[in-house]
Amino acid sequence: MEAYLDNSATTRCLESVRDIVVRTMIEDYGNPSSKHLKGMEAERYLRDARERIARTLKVSEKEIFFTSGGTESNNWALIGAAMANRRAGTHIITTAVEHAAVIQPMMYLEEQGFSVTYLPVNRYGEVSLADLKAAVQEDTILVSVMYVNNELGAAEPIEEIGHFLKEKYPGILFHVDAIQAYGKYRIFPKKAGIDMLSVSGHKIHGPKGTGFLYIQEKVKIKPLMLGGGQQKGMRSGTDNVPGIAGLGEAAGEAYRDFEEKRAHLLRLKEYFMEQVSMLPDVVINTRPGEDGAPHIVSVSFRGVRSEVLLHALEERGIYVSSGSACSSNKKLPVSAVLKEIGMERELLDATLRFSFGRFNTEEELAYCVEALKELLPMLRRYSRH
Amino acid sequence: MFQAFLIKYGEIGIKGKNRHLFEDALMKQIRHALKHVEGKFFVRKEQGRIFVEAESAFDYDEVIAALQRVFGIVGICPMVQAADEGFDKLAETVNDYLRKVYGDREMSFKVNARRAKKSYPRTSMEINADLGERILAAFPNMKVDVHKPDVMLDVEIRDQIYIYSQIIPGPGGMPVGTNGKAMLLLSGGIDSPVAGYMIAKRGVKIDAVYFHAPPYTSERAKQKVVDLAHLVARYSGPINLHVVNFTDIQLYIYEACPHEELTIIMRRYMMRIAEHFAKETGCLGLITGESIGQVASQTMQSLAATDAVCTMPVFRPVIGFDKQEIVDIAEKIDTYETSIQPFEDCCTIFVAKHPVTKPNINIIRRSETHLEERIDELVQTAIETTETIWVE
Repeated sequence: MEAYLDNSATTRCLESVRDIVVRTMIEDYGNPSSKHLKGMEAERYLRDARERIARTLKVSEKEIFFTSGGTESNNWALIGAAMANRRAGTHIITTAVEHAAVIQPMMYLEEQGFSVTYLPVNRYGEVSLADLKAAVQEDTILVSVMYVNNELGAAEPIEEIGHFLKEKYPGILFHVDAIQAYGKYRIFPKKAGIDMLSVSGHKIHGPKGTGFLYIQEKVKIKPLMLGGGQQKGMRSGTDNVPGIAGLGEAAGEAYRDFEEKRAHLLRLKEYFMEQVSMLPDVVINTRPGEDGAPHIVSVSFRGVRSEVLLHALEERGIYVSSGSACSSNKKLPVSAVLKEIGMERELLDATLRFSFGRFNTEEELAYCVEALKELLPMLRRYSRH
Repeated sequence: MFQAFLIKYGEIGIKGKNRHLFEDALMKQIRHALKHVEGKFFVRKEQGRIFVEAESAFDYDEVIAALQRVFGIVGICPMVQAADEGFDKLAETVNDYLRKVYGDREMSFKVNARRAKKSYPRTSMEINADLGERILAAFPNMKVDVHKPDVMLDVEIRDQIYIYSQIIPGPGGMPVGTNGKAMLLLSGGIDSPVAGYMIAKRGVKIDAVYFHAPPYTSERAKQKVVDLAHLVARYSGPINLHVVNFTDIQLYIYEACPHEELTIIMRRYMMRIAEHFAKETGCLGLITGESIGQVASQTMQSLAATDAVCTMPVFRPVIGFDKQEIVDIAEKIDTYETSIQPFEDCCTIFVAKHPVTKPNINIIRRSETHLEERIDELVQTAIETTETIWVE
């Protein structure tokens, strides 16, 4: 049996996505910027994708910009908006548990003269509105908070933050990294007070190398990619028609029968958490049910090195992620996120992330739990010291 | 502009009656190295010299890089080849060559003509003098110095005329395949690829054995070792890499023997298994990347304890090197970047806080008696399940 439980790393493409990607590579392969019919045909795919995506967010299609993925969307939103608004102020607020694709641009902006406040989190990885309120300064121009934390499955209080900002500080831009959340939550930026939203295609059964950034119409932002003036000059470069068409298809599919899909994930999560919590010496780092993301469960296994357990599961066809990249090699940093939630030292490199997708079944999870039951006692018998 | 290369070789030129064996091995290695280079080449031997002639367009830098990895070559001379169309034409070709390589630089030179084709109408001495004159006339900034010239211009008159003046250093050593074969214990570290390189440099063909311990070591760690073998193979030629699953043996030792002796006992079993494959494949020795005192298992006592299980000689070419000296070679042969990728290797999984550094061979042997019940069977299984990968 094979159980792919690493859907937060990437997902399998839908067959309908593959089909449209192939079609736009082999048949309708034109360049949308070309003036002829072949170009127009290709352009239709862009328009379709934009429309489908805009509909899932209840925004205007003019506010959707295609990128090469989540990392580019985050980089563009943060650097582009900070640079365009630096006269208004140079203070930015984010959280201490953001993905590297947010943290690294923040560090870059610090080098460029911006100051950044990193909000602390509780043991589940959640920020509090009170901390955010306290962090706002006169020169704050931008707040960036992830919707769902990729390592822990923490769901951040996005709507609360959005409403607070729009009410008290309408001038502050609010960016949300929704890479782990899009397709798992109904997200309506206009209602939630979100000005920019980053999404990646391959996390929602779309192609790798695709993504988009929602940019609310009135947001001042500079392009990062300069060139031929595609996408209204905001993101130059020949449009990745196959990727964009695939992304549009994946996005549309993600929100078809949405309630059912979400319920399926929640059922899997509930089952898995229940089973795992019965194993000895485990700590679950994710909130149960709707209080956390429906598809991510982070578990620490006391006395077991995550990397070893990961490879032992791999031998049985079960694929998961280690919450940290720690090994005997002391030079490697343990996960910053796990440190931020105040995890005990000895659990830092004993933590695995299980993330589910729509193709997973309860049988697969039962198989995984059985494997854990067999492996854990054996691995605990042989420890380093 | 260059169409051919003269290959200079050192040590193998003095091997008496075996000389042709060494030359043939060198030619074989040169051909092998050039297989992966764009272009067609003809490698031939003529009167005690080896020539590489290009038969199509080629990338000069790529050819030099490939030849610089062939052990046995001490120098590579890029040559211009010309047909004999009279002395005037030769002088023109020579001046053309000098202009392209040196410009009108201020320098001294000496013409060193050799007339292998005795029917050529001028003697070597005459060619030296006459060509020198033509060069002086064409390049006012050049002068002749027959004792210590900046540039020695070689002109060889054979069926063709060869002109060269530069010697690009080769790696030295002996052609691989002229000194038997040895089994390298290859880990993912910095030292063992260097050790393999150094022994291969002396003309020894290399096979390798790697011990992996899933799930404690990952597929990526194994891939890293394959990558390292590939990098070493650019010098040594193809390597048969034996990948031994060592997990069960390791866990058994962990359970049955004192923890602080784990590493040393483990290494003794690695040596035994490596020697098994060495004998099976006709190797004449084992190679390790050990250096005295580097870690607990590489003290004089530890080395003696691991040696004691081998009947074959164990070669440790970096034994007297400091870490930095090994790193310098690793960087030169391009294995360093790969070696420092952080994957756990099987020697560090269960390493004790205070491993023995001065193991007493009798105590170690006594500890190993605790393994009597199952060890032979486990070793046998490890040998039988070994995967062999051909790395080129």
